[in-house]
Amino acid sequence: MNRARQNIFNMIAAHTLLLAYMVLALFPVFIILINSFKTRRAIFRHPLMPPDTDSFSLTGYETVLKQGDFLHYFQNSMIVTVVSLFFILLFGAMAAFALAEYRFKGNSWMGLYLALGIMIPIRIGTVSILQIMVATGLVNTLTALILVYTAQGLPLAVFILTEFMKQVSNDLKNAGRIDGLSEYAIFFKLVLPLVRPAMATVAVFNMIPIWNDLWFPLILAPAEETKTLTLGSQVFIGQFVTNWNAVLAALSMAIIPVMTLYVFFSRQLIRGITAGAVK
Amino acid sequence: MILGALELKNISKSFGNVEVLKDINLDVNEGEFIIFVGPSGCGKSTLLRIIAGLEDATGGEVIISGKNVSALPPSKRGIAMVFQTYALYPHLTVRGNMALGLKQAGTPKAEINQRVELACDLLSLDELIERRPAELSGGQRQRVAIGRAIVRKPELFLFDEPLSNLDAALRVNTRLEIARLHKQLGATMVYVTHDQVEAMTLADRIVVLNETRVEQIGSPMELYNNPANEFVAGFIGSPKMNFIDAERLGIRDAKTIGIRPEHIKADYEKGDWPGQIIHVEHLGSDTNLYVDTKVANPLSVRLFGNHDFKAGETIHMTPLADKTYYFDNDGERVVPADK
Ligand SMILES: Nc1ncnc2c1ncn2[C@@H]1O[C@H](COP(=O)(O)OP(=O)(O)OP(=O)(O)O)[C@@H](O)[C@H]1O
Ligand SMILES: [Mg+2]
Repeated sequence: MNRARQNIFNMIAAHTLLLAYMVLALFPVFIILINSFKTRRAIFRHPLMPPDTDSFSLTGYETVLKQGDFLHYFQNSMIVTVVSLFFILLFGAMAAFALAEYRFKGNSWMGLYLALGIMIPIRIGTVSILQIMVATGLVNTLTALILVYTAQGLPLAVFILTEFMKQVSNDLKNAGRIDGLSEYAIFFKLVLPLVRPAMATVAVFNMIPIWNDLWFPLILAPAEETKTLTLGSQVFIGQFVTNWNAVLAALSMAIIPVMTLYVFFSRQLIRGITAGAVK
Repeated sequence: MILGALELKNISKSFGNVEVLKDINLDVNEGEFIIFVGPSGCGKSTLLRIIAGLEDATGGEVIISGKNVSALPPSKRGIAMVFQTYALYPHLTVRGNMALGLKQAGTPKAEINQRVELACDLLSLDELIERRPAELSGGQRQRVAIGRAIVRKPELFLFDEPLSNLDAALRVNTRLEIARLHKQLGATMVYVTHDQVEAMTLADRIVVLNETRVEQIGSPMELYNNPANEFVAGFIGSPKMNFIDAERLGIRDAKTIGIRPEHIKADYEKGDWPGQIIHVEHLGSDTNLYVDTKVANPLSVRLFGNHDFKAGETIHMTPLADKTYYFDNDGERVVPADK
């Protein structure tokens, strides 16, 4: 009896706290969304009010879709983010598997070396990166961005995935070896599915910074045809006049793809068929 | 000429500077059931993994059916292994789990199906064949793991503590199942266990390992009746053999005297060693006494059937004369001159 009551109390407390946090976290997003549907005047007069019949306006969205090649920016961002994530996960997982599975000379030094990048921000090397890109003729290509983001994401990916791979049952891998699976098959068919939650975590961690990055697109790929969404939206922010309707509309639309990717990855976080493999 | 099913020649293994196995030699005959026992960490699993090819030996040769397989990968050695943790593929059904190795080896589909069905029959897994490991109980999972080994038709089965994750009742059942399979398949099996009962009941021969060495190899009864040294004498048999300082008994030509609990008689009236009972265990079929005596404390005594001894009582113990063992300073068994 006592215990049940306490549980209910705990539950209410926990939910209240979580709800409060959710409101806090979603508030800026909410403000952006409601204001993107309002007239410029209403945005400044009542920034916290939802749009009503008077203040409702789609000018922002119209401007965004008309001016500039917004859909193209969108596509660029999407390509850069998805391809970078793919390479981060692929190379990160492969390096992690080698570090976790094989005993070779310098194994732990190699692990440390690969993880070092976590502590050193990649932007410090911007000048050299730009020089390399100029030398290789990769400036103003999406490839340049993909390479940089892959390099940026790998250290943390290797670090996290190594820890998870070490926990995959040795017996399972050995059973695969006895059944004649190659090391590649063991990696792709047995180990990767078991570390899927960790892969999803790494993906979510890396996705947002890549999607939102302004620095490298501005420096490495500012050309019209390689502009990313974040860079493309900057045209509405002027030194003297800012088209707030357009900025808010662009931001609102930019949320959709990341949300979609996030939902996709977080579903992977839920452990599915992995239970019951060993023990 | 009978080809040995498995031969180990001077196998040794070190992890860095730590020597785990040293100069292990073993000959296993075709159809034999060999069990490795030994204290935790003595290298039983390592030795089994070396036989399987999952671990490289630092030195020595592994010969299976007359062929030196030391340089072959596990899948080419003609072995199958059953793991303590089952190690089933989580994304495959029971059928898929059993079929994978054969598919990998390029066996025709019809034959794969036939072998899988035969194994399922043998292990009563027919109704579970389309399930995934997550949908099976522990005992069923272990049976699938055994089935996965059977379908490969290996020349050598390797088991690494296959029953230690099962509860007591299931363990007995599966033990009987493995014994039945051994008879039915006539296959050679090498089996690692902690459990004495498993070792005594299943093995044709037991290999006792301790600290990098083989202490003794022999049939269960040989090890029980004729242990080569103090370690084997203490390791085989439960409750453990009593070890008594020879000096206390006035015996000169040995360091330690060993006597099994079941080879001691207890009597209220008369006997060689008087003592006070500390604790009594009633097991129904047996009664175990732990007695505080001058020669040893506690001296364990195992009596068959029910007895009404109670803690605190004074009794007299007498060892059966021809069932005592003598060990020298190094723990080696010696036979005194007057015996
Ligand atoms: N990969 C490894 N690296 C270093 N040492 C290891 C490795 N694997 C095993 N060892 C060591 O080798 C010794 C033997 O290990 P092994 O697993 O063979 O013992 P075991 O007899 O099977 O023990 P248990 O009965 O507890 O399973 C142990 O001392 C262990 O610490
Ligand atoms: Mg072991």
